[in-house]
Amino acid sequence: MDLSLIDWSRAQFALTAMFHWLFVPLTLGLGLIMAIYETIYVRTGDEKWKKLTKFWMKLFGVNFAIGVATGIILEFEFGTNWSNYSYFVGDIFGAPLAIEGILAFFLEATFIGVMYFGWEKFGKRFHLASTWLAVIGATLSAWWILVANAWMQYPAGMDFNPDTARNELTDFMAVAFSPVAINKIFHTVTSSWVLGAAFVVGICGWYLLKRRELEFSRRSIKVAAIVGIVGVLLAAHTGHGSAQKVAKHQPMKLAAMEGLYRGGSQADLVAIGVLRPDKQYDDEKDPFLFKIDVPLKGFLSWVSFGSADAFVPGINDIIEGGYPMHDGSTALSFDERVERGKTAQQALRDYRKAMKENDEASKIANKTLLDENMNHFGYGFLKDAKESIPPVGITFYSFHIMVLLGMYFIAFFVIIWFFNHKDMLSKMRWIQFIAVVSIPLAYITSEAGWVIAEVGRQPWTIQDVLPASYSVSNIPTASVKTTFFVFLAVFTALFIAEIKIMLRAIKNGPSYDEN
Amino acid sequence: MKKAVGLRNFFKMYYDGFRNLSKTSKTLWIIILIKLFIMFAVMRAFLFPNFLNSVADNDKDKADYVSTQITKGVE
Repeated sequence: MDLSLIDWSRAQFALTAMFHWLFVPLTLGLGLIMAIYETIYVRTGDEKWKKLTKFWMKLFGVNFAIGVATGIILEFEFGTNWSNYSYFVGDIFGAPLAIEGILAFFLEATFIGVMYFGWEKFGKRFHLASTWLAVIGATLSAWWILVANAWMQYPAGMDFNPDTARNELTDFMAVAFSPVAINKIFHTVTSSWVLGAAFVVGICGWYLLKRRELEFSRRSIKVAAIVGIVGVLLAAHTGHGSAQKVAKHQPMKLAAMEGLYRGGSQADLVAIGVLRPDKQYDDEKDPFLFKIDVPLKGFLSWVSFGSADAFVPGINDIIEGGYPMHDGSTALSFDERVERGKTAQQALRDYRKAMKENDEASKIANKTLLDENMNHFGYGFLKDAKESIPPVGITFYSFHIMVLLGMYFIAFFVIIWFFNHKDMLSKMRWIQFIAVVSIPLAYITSEAGWVIAEVGRQPWTIQDVLPASYSVSNIPTASVKTTFFVFLAVFTALFIAEIKIMLRAIKNGPSYDEN
Repeated sequence: MKKAVGLRNFFKMYYDGFRNLSKTSKTLWIIILIKLFIMFAVMRAFLFPNFLNSVADNDKDKADYVSTQITKGVE
């Protein structure tokens, strides 16, 4: 397989997904906050809350309009660039995506229409219900996309059919409500509330710096800071849950997140550190040029498995195998898994040969062999243990940036809420400035989360079953390069449009009436 | 009868809403339409064909093709 084709296909997918993710968390987070504003308006009848709701709804609309349908490009890419993958998993992956499409179209489109056009046409309560349903619809849309993604990280509820060479859905509930999916959904949604809250507080910070919209900003922050505090605490809790799922199902990802080459019991969590750039898994160099651990003995063991004495495997342990697994079994080595993977692949080949020759006995024997080794199928492609290690640097730094910024946001929202509650925020220019700077920080945190999830699971598209290098279509690299740059141009234009329209709306402010 | 009134209200809401779009809303709708045109009429039609359809005529051929691709580890 042409390596540059894989890299360009990956780059294109990463570009599209990261661009799409600029819009989604703001839709989810700002949507919740504006629905709360409108609820306060309906409960109090105070027209200032209505005006405030309408302003944030306008910014929500700009973000929604620019971002809408950018995710569909990912589906184009599945069919063209990732056809082996798409065919292999089609039945399972297709179901959540189809549900997402239907939900997105009917729920969001209908109720977003009422949100913008229905202020004077319907009663207050009907309008409020529409706003909440639009927000719930957007969240449910995200749910199904995250179900599809979680399945790639933790394949469950399916059976591989060698007749069709496809995985088939056998247990919808196991896919839709897998522990990995549930945790991923709640972590993603609550962290989106944090981004939405940071966006509102940041824009209000700018108004306060400009000494305008003081009452509007105080009211907006009052709700947004609480949403931020609740969101960031829930994101921390679900993040802990995510770490436990990763420890259980994707130990190599966890080892990369921590730069852990040699694990053990009472493993420590790195607070901050600088990795040695030339570190290889098979040398004896210290992985860190510098690091400070969290001063709690066995904190990584506790975070991962709920016990400070639990064994956390490092990269070398996972390659060598032989360590105790969470389910009581002993981990297989890389070489053993490669053998099993090759056995599975050979069994599939022999099965299909037997199918053509109508050899029922051989089919049954090979199906049994395939089922026994299917969990290791993907390892049959790997030639070297090095191929099973994700890019440690990107995964490690993304994880630590996300965690440190997450902690920053806990302090940030508490401080903002406190000073706003005391009505002191309008005089504190340094906090106003920090609030503005916190908007890009929230985006960095959110994108870093996805970098950990997606880069950390390399080389797999489906964990342990199919590597990215055999998921791609055998198409000319030049065509992937071309579409990469087409996307880059289109996305840049859309991004500039978003920023420009958003800034104009913010500059005009809530007092400005366009009509 | 009540339902019909509700549907008429919905239709009128969209009709009036689109007739009275603000300048920003008009700009956003133009962006959405251009974006959808580029995505579906240009990208989907010319740059993103279904790859498997180009190498296999039916489901059986697709299964043969993909099963060969995904067992290359034993070649």
